[in-house]
Amino acid sequence: MVVFSPYIGQCHRAGVLSQRGNRTSVKLILMATTTSALGSKRSPVTATATGTRRKRPFLLDLYSTAVGKKYVMAISGIAMMGFVLFHMIGNLKMYMGATALNHYAEFLKELLYPIAPKGVVLWILRGGLITMLFLHLHAAWSLTRLNRFARAVKYQGPRDYQVAKFASRTMRWTGIIVLSYLIWHILDLTLGVVNTTGTNGEFVKGEVYQNVLNSLNRPVVAAFYVIANILLGIHLFHGAWSIFQSLGWNNPRFNNWRRGFATAFATIVVVGNVSFPIAVIAGIVK
Amino acid sequence: MSHLKNLTLKVWRQKSPADSGHFENYTIDEISDEASFLEMLDVLNEKLISDNKEAVVFDHDCREGICGTCSLMINGVAHGPQKATTTCQLHMRTFNSGDTIVVEPWRATAFPIIKDLMVDRSAFDRIIESGGFITAVTGGAPDANLIPIPKPVADAAMDSAACIGCGACVAACPNGAANLFTAAKISHLNYLPQGQSERFKRTEAMVETMDEYFGSCTNHGECSAACPKEISIDVIALMNKDYRASKFKNRKELSR
Repeated sequence: MVVFSPYIGQCHRAGVLSQRGNRTSVKLILMATTTSALGSKRSPVTATATGTRRKRPFLLDLYSTAVGKKYVMAISGIAMMGFVLFHMIGNLKMYMGATALNHYAEFLKELLYPIAPKGVVLWILRGGLITMLFLHLHAAWSLTRLNRFARAVKYQGPRDYQVAKFASRTMRWTGIIVLSYLIWHILDLTLGVVNTTGTNGEFVKGEVYQNVLNSLNRPVVAAFYVIANILLGIHLFHGAWSIFQSLGWNNPRFNNWRRGFATAFATIVVVGNVSFPIAVIAGIVK
Repeated sequence: MSHLKNLTLKVWRQKSPADSGHFENYTIDEISDEASFLEMLDVLNEKLISDNKEAVVFDHDCREGICGTCSLMINGVAHGPQKATTTCQLHMRTFNSGDTIVVEPWRATAFPIIKDLMVDRSAFDRIIESGGFITAVTGGAPDANLIPIPKPVADAAMDSAACIGCGACVAACPNGAANLFTAAKISHLNYLPQGQSERFKRTEAMVETMDEYFGSCTNHGECSAACPKEISIDVIALMNKDYRASKFKNRKELSR
């Protein structure tokens, strides 16, 4: 049997065995490998990898690697993309008047009624979305930490990106701003906590149409909605393309379509969402 | 042939892995535009040695762009400004008289600096050791073309095999990820019939070893832009796909 393997250092073996959570030790061990290589102390040649990872349940095992976290990132991203698209399409009912929009809101609570009690399906969907959001955030957080660690000492000279797009470079920032917008949006139009301030009308649950008008008639709020949705579009412009890479969906037959899909998806969502505050401010929707 | 005059070099000097290091300025009064970047550093070193100063340490070997030993961030770009070119094949005609050139080593936690511009890239060896090989029976040499390989498959495998393991992908990646290197090495073998028996074991082992040292991919494409062999990020998608498959397969299913 022929196997190409120069050597596996003793230090490395310790490095492999040390767990993910303890990154610092890996760093120290890397330094040790350097010095031991210089001192030319090598342990015997072995043919196969000596590393053994801690046994975890299947899904956790997958999630423990960066590639697995990207899978979670992509799948939760798809789920939220589905939400954001249908949310936009549903809101188009606004252009059909108060009755249509309010009826649509009522319909969401009656999903699958009478098989399921009123509101139950909606809460299941909400639960799923909250889980997806949490997973998306956790994967982003832990990967960011990992990436910061992977280049603990930055380049000291000036340096710029060669090909990376603005969207991919700003994913963390657009993500954080969209998240804070999302929280505010729920406080504004679901719970109504921040809707009454600065408007004439009171927030009334179920009076969706009037609540939206009250909120978006505040110019600052309307501007915030526009900006946040453009940032969401930038996030989607990279995310919707990135999904294909992360999930390993790469095929020369459709590779050229991936960019087009992401651009179209982001554009449709942004145009739809941005149209609402503009329509209210412009007085098209009264 | 013409000459470049009055080049200012800002070179990273670092005595040892533990030293904090700093940039030092050097002047090259005159250099032929036909000199390679490394030859220009040789000229600098000869001058330093004759001045009784310590020469700048940098990695180099074949100087014909095929070994993957040379490195260097030149003006913030891995292997310098010329596309699909290693530092050793980069010529001074790419620069102009009076330029200031910043020369820095690769920076990644997995690539500790040994001295000056030289880094330890043995983390790549750890990845290769964990699965970047095929197991073959020794003995008499097999007949050529004994295993039929379709031309497109051979071409795709060759494109991946072009990886020289220089580490420019890691250096250029804003996250210090080695996905392009690992994916090139995995796909090179996973495309070919000879690599099939260990396909999923290899992918799982190499991805998880990579994970011990490097950052994660955010699909910027910086690695591919920096790669002197222009390896496409398509191989990263292939690696992701095979990694998923390796996690789902178990011993019994592998036989199906």
